[in-house]
Formats: sequence, structure tokens, C-alpha cells
Amino acid sequence: MSSAEPEQSEIEIRRIQSGDIPAIIALDERVTEIAKPEYWQDIYERYSTRRLDERFFLVACSAGEAECKVLGYIVGAVRGWEFGSAPSGWVFGFAVEADTRQQGIGEKLFMAISAEFTAADITTIRTMVPRQNALHMAFFRSEGMVAGPYIQLEMEL
Amino acid sequence: MQKSSRLAIFALIELASDPEKQVSVAEIGEKFRVSTHHLAKVMHTLGRAGLVKSVRGVGGGYCFSGNARRVTLLDVIALFEDVSGDCKLNDEGKATDVEWAVFDIMCEIDDIAKATLGATTISTMLMQIERRKGRAAAE
Repeated sequence: MSSAEPEQSEIEIRRIQSGDIPAIIALDERVTEIAKPEYWQDIYERYSTRRLDERFFLVACSAGEAECKVLGYIVGAVRGWEFGSAPSGWVFGFAVEADTRQQGIGEKLFMAISAEFTAADITTIRTMVPRQNALHMAFFRSEGMVAGPYIQLEMEL
Repeated sequence: MQKSSRLAIFALIELASDPEKQVSVAEIGEKFRVSTHHLAKVMHTLGRAGLVKSVRGVGGGYCFSGNARRVTLLDVIALFEDVSGDCKLNDEGKATDVEWAVFDIMCEIDDIAKATLGATTISTMLMQIERRKGRAAAE
């Protein structure tokens, strides 16, 4: 097994640290093909420095190496009472390094943030996925997520 | 979804729940209350697609031979129906504003259905069944 394919037991899930931000920016750029350094810096400041009991920015990294290499991340927060919705866990960022997929890293991240939401007395987890993004859609469905009672609407302005 | 597609999905989930087990067409038909005649044709199509294999002789039948983590419901439906085409409106040139508006809504529903079916694997369905059983047992 190459260093790019760590065994599940070597994966550590923890809160993001400031030193992880460049790796998160690079991973997101590889996945989305758009570099968003200011966005991620802002997300880091908002979701990992304040109200940590309801904001969770978690990373998966290869714990076996001297320097923990970021292999994936998941970001979410407790959101409540939007259009009458009771507080729920909202996941709005998720990615796993392409060459380490199918090894349970995504599932570990998902389970970790689910546990954080549960600890915050949250019983429902939600997310939003582009219809054409079969990879994310299949992943979230395999974790048990199904279409919820809300429908996303939009229009051109 | 056509009847053949629905039967195929039922049969595949049933067989994939225990890939080692051989199940006859009659057993599947009885379980899902469908005619064996129609089901036999469906199983033949699934066999040609490599999703099931037939085992002859006493105790013979079909067993699952696909990749449950890869095969989606849309893959199965595509064996029986045309799912490749874009949403189309007949007589575009003559269609009224009302027809276009209804067409837009139907395309929206169609897109959501395709995305859902294309992201749901046989494996995910098996897990969903277990979760449903767990919820039922807890109630």
C-alpha cells in the first residue's frame, strides 16, 4: 500500500488547525477546479474559532506520518428555525482526496460530524448536493440520507 | 417506471441480499406477487447484462453476480427503458405557452428522478432496508 493509500486505522479525524488551511484550499481546488483561498480563510475563522459547540470543521489526516497530511474535510453547523425548521445539522462542505477514496475516509468524517451534532442534541442532518454530482449524492445516500421535506428553489436575477 | 424495471430491481435486491443463495423465478414471483412468465423474461435480460447468473439443476435458480456497490437503480432501469434521451416536447414549433410551462415542470421532475435513481446503488438499497427494519423494530 502506498503512502497515498493509508489504512483506515492510520486516519485521524480532528478539528481543523490553522496549518491545515493551505491543504484544504488545494484539495478543494483539485475537486472543484476553482481556487477560493479567501473563502476558506473566512470559513476557518468563522467555523473553528467561535461557537465551537455548534460549528464543526473537521479534517481527516494520515496520523501515521510525522506531518499529518490532510486527506479530506467536512464542514457543518447547527442551523435552526429557517422557514420553521427545528435546529438541524447542516453540512455544507465535504471532500476526500481522489486517490484515497473508497477507503472509508469519507464515512469516518461523516460519522464524526454526526457524532458532534448528536452531542449538540441534534437529531437530523441535512446537506445540499448538485443533481449532477453523482459521487457526493451516492456517498450521502449510502450513509442513509434521503430526500428531505425541503426543496431548493432558485431563479436567475 | 415500467413494470419490468420495477420487477428487475425487486429481484436484484432480493438476490443481492444473499449473493451465495440460489433463488428460483417461482420463489421471487411468489414473494413479490408477480407472474413467473413476465419475471422469467426480466431475469433473462438481467442475465445477459451480467447482473445475475443462472444455476441449472436441482436447487437451481438465479444468484446475484453484479457489483452491488456500483450498480445503480438507473443502470437497471436502462436495461428495460430508454433513459438516455433528454426531456423532449413533441411539436415544439406548435407548442403553446401552456404546453411549454407544463413541459418545464415535467423535465424538472424527470431530472430529479434520474439523479436520485442514478445515485442509489443496490448496496444502498440493502442498507436502507436494514435501517427500515431497525426503525420498525424500535417502534
